[in-house]
Amino acid sequence: MLALTLPRKTWAHGVRAGWKLAALALASALLFPVDNLWVLSAALLAVVALHLVTGLDVLRYAVWMMRPIVFFAAIIGVYHLITWDIAAGAAIVLRMLLLVGLANFVTMTTALDSMIAVVEWLLEPLRRIGVNTHAVGLAIAMVIRFTPALVQKGAALIESWRARSAKRPGWRITIPVCLLALDDAEHVSEALRARGGLTKRTRT
Amino acid sequence: MERNLTFIALFAALIAALGLLPKFTLMSGIPITAQTLGIMLCGTILGARRGALAVILFLVLVAIGLPLLAGGRGGLGVFNTPWAGFLFGWPVAAYVTGLVVEKWRTGNLSLIAGVASVIGGIGALYAIAIPYYMLTADKGLTEATWTMSPFIPGDLIKCVLAGVVTQAIWKARPEALLSRS
Repeated sequence: MLALTLPRKTWAHGVRAGWKLAALALASALLFPVDNLWVLSAALLAVVALHLVTGLDVLRYAVWMMRPIVFFAAIIGVYHLITWDIAAGAAIVLRMLLLVGLANFVTMTTALDSMIAVVEWLLEPLRRIGVNTHAVGLAIAMVIRFTPALVQKGAALIESWRARSAKRPGWRITIPVCLLALDDAEHVSEALRARGGLTKRTRT
Repeated sequence: MERNLTFIALFAALIAALGLLPKFTLMSGIPITAQTLGIMLCGTILGARRGALAVILFLVLVAIGLPLLAGGRGGLGVFNTPWAGFLFGWPVAAYVTGLVVEKWRTGNLSLIAGVASVIGGIGALYAIAIPYYMLTADKGLTEATWTMSPFIPGDLIKCVLAGVVTQAIWKARPEALLSRS
């Protein structure tokens, strides 16, 4: 399973993930109350320029990531055309493109391990009050490993369904997929316990 | 401890898998994804606390850039849209669903799990998603509700399925139904 990060390094990869996330939060908070179409358009142009400075392929990838947004933006746009409230509709659509574009830019230019480092940093206060944050890192790793495994086993179930039935696989397939997940969970927990379990040591 | 952790992690993976399985829709012809069914099952099978934690873990992975949402979406952008209230509401939905199954112990499990899914997966979820949409897209209550109403029939189908699946899991692996242990 591939993360949504760009396949090549850019200047923005060099910026610390924490700073990028802080800047994103600040920009989102500042832009959220803005209704002025000129300010929003200028900001959107600036975001497009930010992508272009990073590379043409970055802009293309960003547009590709916008696919689901475009559909909803079109619905909102049509609604505002019908009610003849075009300025308000344009502000909503512009703001949405802007906020999503900025957030996707951070996702595209931050490697998965830097993001995980930020999550660990955010959990630091919890560790101080005695929560086992080592388990969180392990859980993240397990989901990354088990999602493709479950998808693969589920796809095999769907294939065997199709081999035996003229009907299309429907909701019934969720039952064996759930059982697979439950059985995997039992096995892994036994394996973990057999190897000493989750101790409260900090990561080295 | 190990068992709780692996169940939470595997159910986070299950939510992802239900949204990513190829050639699979819940009802033929109706394009509804099974991802919200996964949220309901987290509550009905794992219970309130573990169910909510599994959903939070799933959302953390989406936020750090993994394409785990149905259709391969993910990243920080999905949390900056007007309908992100659904994502923020998911942990609460799983918690409420799990709470109902934990507290209501007499009667037919598929009925209990189905009703719990309606209360948590529709009631609690829309109680968060609608105000969030009103606030971020600058809409009134009627328009926000009107925009989201097409999703309600699909959600009701998922609640029925959550009940049936929970009952089937309980028959096959009674010891794994953590919401009842």
